Amino acid sequence: MAFNIYDFTTLTHNIHTGLAETFSPVLATTIEWVIVGVVYLLFVALFGLFLVYAERKVCAAFQQRLGPTRVGPWGLLQTIADFIKLLMKELIMPRKADWFLYNLAPFLVIIASFLAIAVIPFAPGLQSLDFDIGIFYLTAVSSVGVIGILLAGWSSNNKYSLIGAMRSGAQILSYELSVSLSLLTMVVFAGTMQFSAIVEGQRDAWFIFSGHIPAIIAFVVFLIAGTAETNRGPFDLAEAESELVAGFHTEYSGVKFAMFFLAEYINLFIISAVAATVFLGGWMPLHFGNFESFNHIMDFIPPVVWFFMKVLGVIFIIMWFKWTFPRLRVDQILTLEWKYLLPINLINILLMALVVLTKFHF
Amino acid sequence: MSEIREVIVRTDRLATDKYQVNMGPQHPSTHGVLRLLVTLEGEKVLNVQPHTGYIHSGIEKMCEAITYPQIIHLTDRMDYLSAHMSNEAVALCVENALQIEVPDRVKYIRTIMDELTRLASHQLWWCVYGMDLGALTTFFYGLRDRELILDIFEETCGARMTVSYNTPGGLMFDIHPNFQKRVKDYLKYFRAKLPEYDSLLSGNVIMRERTEGIGHLSLMEAIDYGVTGPSGRASGFSCDVRKHQPYSAYPFVKFNEILDHRCDSLARYEVRIKEMWESISIIEQLIDNIPEGDYAVKMKGVLKLPEGEFYQRAESARGEFGVFIVSDGKKNPYRVKFRSPGFSNLFALNNMAKGHKIADLVAIMSTLDLIIPDIDR
Amino acid sequence: MTNDELILVLTEKFPDAVIAQGNKYVEMTVSAESLHKTAELLKETREISFDYLFCLTGVDYPENMGIIYHLESVEHRHVMVLKVRTADRINPAVDTVSDVWITAKYHEREAYDLLGIHFNNHTDLRRLFLDDEWGFPLRKDYVDEVRIVER
Repeated sequence: MAFNIYDFTTLTHNIHTGLAETFSPVLATTIEWVIVGVVYLLFVALFGLFLVYAERKVCAAFQQRLGPTRVGPWGLLQTIADFIKLLMKELIMPRKADWFLYNLAPFLVIIASFLAIAVIPFAPGLQSLDFDIGIFYLTAVSSVGVIGILLAGWSSNNKYSLIGAMRSGAQILSYELSVSLSLLTMVVFAGTMQFSAIVEGQRDAWFIFSGHIPAIIAFVVFLIAGTAETNRGPFDLAEAESELVAGFHTEYSGVKFAMFFLAEYINLFIISAVAATVFLGGWMPLHFGNFESFNHIMDFIPPVVWFFMKVLGVIFIIMWFKWTFPRLRVDQILTLEWKYLLPINLINILLMALVVLTKFHF
Repeated sequence: MSEIREVIVRTDRLATDKYQVNMGPQHPSTHGVLRLLVTLEGEKVLNVQPHTGYIHSGIEKMCEAITYPQIIHLTDRMDYLSAHMSNEAVALCVENALQIEVPDRVKYIRTIMDELTRLASHQLWWCVYGMDLGALTTFFYGLRDRELILDIFEETCGARMTVSYNTPGGLMFDIHPNFQKRVKDYLKYFRAKLPEYDSLLSGNVIMRERTEGIGHLSLMEAIDYGVTGPSGRASGFSCDVRKHQPYSAYPFVKFNEILDHRCDSLARYEVRIKEMWESISIIEQLIDNIPEGDYAVKMKGVLKLPEGEFYQRAESARGEFGVFIVSDGKKNPYRVKFRSPGFSNLFALNNMAKGHKIADLVAIMSTLDLIIPDIDR
Repeated sequence: MTNDELILVLTEKFPDAVIAQGNKYVEMTVSAESLHKTAELLKETREISFDYLFCLTGVDYPENMGIIYHLESVEHRHVMVLKVRTADRINPAVDTVSDVWITAKYHEREAYDLLGIHFNNHTDLRRLFLDDEWGFPLRKDYVDEVRIVER
C-alpha cells in the first residue's frame, strides 16, 4: 500500500479495495466502521491527554512557573498518571440521585463530541463523513452536549450542581446561535456547506484573507462564541471553582469525572478545528493566488502538519484568554450574546452577502 | 445544633420559589471558616446570614490567665495578615498605661514594619480577589511579590507571618544589619511591579463590569455599622487612625488618607491599590532616617498595670483595631477585649449583597477583605 | 471638642450621670434605666453627635456586670466612654442600643454569648459563636473540666 503523506486518499482507497476483495461487502463495511471508530478513539484519547498537558504548561508559563516537570521527561507522563489516578478512584453516587440519568450524563457529553469530530477534515482523504450539509450537521450535533450537562446537574440532587447546570444550559443555548451565524457567514462566502468543498475553495487564499472585513469579524465572533460554547475561559461560570465548587459535575468522581473533563478538551479541539477549517484553510497550505514559487514552497509541508499547526495556534489563543481574564457573571454573558454578538452577526451576514454579490473580495 | 434547628424552622416558612443555599464552612472563597446562609430566588440574593464561631478559640479568656507580654503572641494569630499592627496595639496600650515613652528608633522601626505588613496584606488581598473573580493568574503575581516581604520579616523577626516582634517597652531585638538595604531594594523592585497589577486587573473591562455599582454601602451605613479601613474609606468615611489619632512615627510622615465616594466594590478595590502606593511612600520617608538608640526600654521582669481601663486604637490593614484592657493591679489582666475590624465589616454584608447575584456575593465578600480568626477570636 | 469642654457639655445634658476624666477619654457612668434615653440623646444632639460606636465590651465584676461603650463622633472627632452596670450577676439585663447604633446588634449578641448579659428589646438575641447549651465562658465562675486546665 502506497503511503503518500500529502494525500491520504491513496491509503484509504487501498484499504477499502483490500477489504472489499477479501471479505463480503457487509463484513468489509463493518470492519471499516470498526477501524474508523478505533482510530478516532485513539486520536481522541491521545490528543485529549496532550491537550491537558499543554494547558498546564501554557498556564504555568503565564503564571511564571514551570508546570509539571517531574513525571516523565518534561512532565510528559503527568496526564497519564492523572488518568490512572482517576480510574482508580471510588465511584461515589449520592443516595437520592437519579441512578439512570446520573450514569447517562457523561456518556451523552462524550457522544456529542465524537459525532462532531467525525466531519472534520484532517487532511485530503482523511475525513470520515463528508456530507454536503456538513456545517449544518455540525451545529445540530453540538447541541446534544447540552442535554448531558443539564442531566448531570439535575440528577445529582445537589443545589450547587443544579445552579451550575442551569447557568451552563442557558449559556450554551445562547451561544450556539452566534456560532451558527458566524459559520453561516462563511457559508455565504464559500457557497457550500460541505467541508471538503470549503477547504478546496481556500486553495487560492484562506477565507480570512479573501473575505477581509466580514470574515475577520466572523472569526472574532466565532472565537468568543466558541469559547463560551465549551464552558471555557472567561465564560466558565458553570464550573466556577470559587463559587460553586465544581458546578454541574460536583458529584461526579473517578471515570465519570474523567469523561466530563475529556469532553471539555475535545470540545475545545472541535471549536479550534472548525475555526481552522472554515477561516484559516483547514489542511490547505498558505497560498497567495498567483505567487507560484511561494505556493510551491508552502506545499512542501504536508497538509496534516498544516492542519495541526493551525489548530494548535487557535487553541493557544483560547488558552491565553482563560488565564488572563476574570470571569463574567451569568447575566453579563447572556447580555453579551443577545445584545451585542447577535446584532453584530446579523449585520455581518448582510455585509458578507453584499460582498459576495458585488464580488468585492479577493 | 441550634443552627440546624433554625434552618429547618425557616425553611418551613419559605415560599416555594425561594431556596436556601449554604456556603458552608468549607468553601473555596469564604476566606476561612465562615458559614453563610444565603436565601436565593433564582440567582438573586435575598438575604445573607453569616454564622460565625467555627474558629472561636477563646483568645479573650486565655488572655486573663497570662501576663501582658504574653498577650502579644496571641494577637498574632487573630488577624494573621496584620500581625505586626495587632502586636503594636497591645504594646502601645501597655506602654501608655505604664506611662513609658519608647525611644524614637523603636517608633520608626515599628512604623516601617507596620507599612510592610500592610503592603503584604494588600498584596495577598489582591491576589485572592483576582482568583475569586476568576482571573487565576493574579494569585501568582501577588504571592511572588509578597514572598519577598516575608523573607525580610524572616531575617529580622525570625518568623514570616506571626512575627511577635513588638513587646511592651520596645522591640524584641534589634533589626538585622541587612534590613535597610533589603527594604530599599524591595521598594525599588515593587514600584516597578505595582503598575503591573493595574494593567492586569484594574483596567480590565470584565473586572469593571463585575465591580462597578456592585455592593453599595452608603456613608451613613458605613458609620452605623462601624465599617472602617479601606472598605469604609471607599464610602467616604474618614476613619484612618493613622491620621486622626497618630501613634508611633506617624506624626513624622506625610501621607494621604485615601477617600473615595463611589461606595461600590470598584471603589474599595481602588482604595486598596492607592493605599499600597501610600505605604511605599511612607516607608521611603522613614527607611533612611532611622535614629540610633536602644531598641527597647528596660522593663521590670513582672509587669503590673495600675488599676483602671486602657484603650488603644491602631490601623490594621482591615480597619480599626482596638485593644481594651481592664486591669485590677495584678500581673494578669482582668479583662481584655479586642475590637476586631472584621467583626463590624462582616455584618454589613447583608446590606451590601441584597438584590445582587451569587457571583456578586463572592466578589463583595472579597472586597471586604475578611479574616475569619479576626472575627471569631 | 476637647475633653474639658466635653465634660462641661455632658454635665449639663446629663445631670444624673457620673462624669469623670478617664485615662484618655471622658467616661460617663449612667444607670441601667436611663441607658437607652442617654444613648439616643448622645447620638442626636448636634453639638456632640456620637454616631460611631466602635467598641462594646461586657465585663464581669464581682457583684454585677458592666457594659462599656466606646463612642466617637465623626463630625467633631471627640471620643467618650459610656459605662453602665447591671443590677446583679444572676440575671444581668440592660436595654439594647441596637436601634441607635446598628453595629450594637451584633456586639450585643457577642456579649450575650460570652457573658450571658440579656439585652431587652433586642430583635434577634441569639448566640453568636457558641451553641445554645454552652455556658457563658467569659464569666469568672465558668468551670469547664475538659477544656480549661487550672494551674
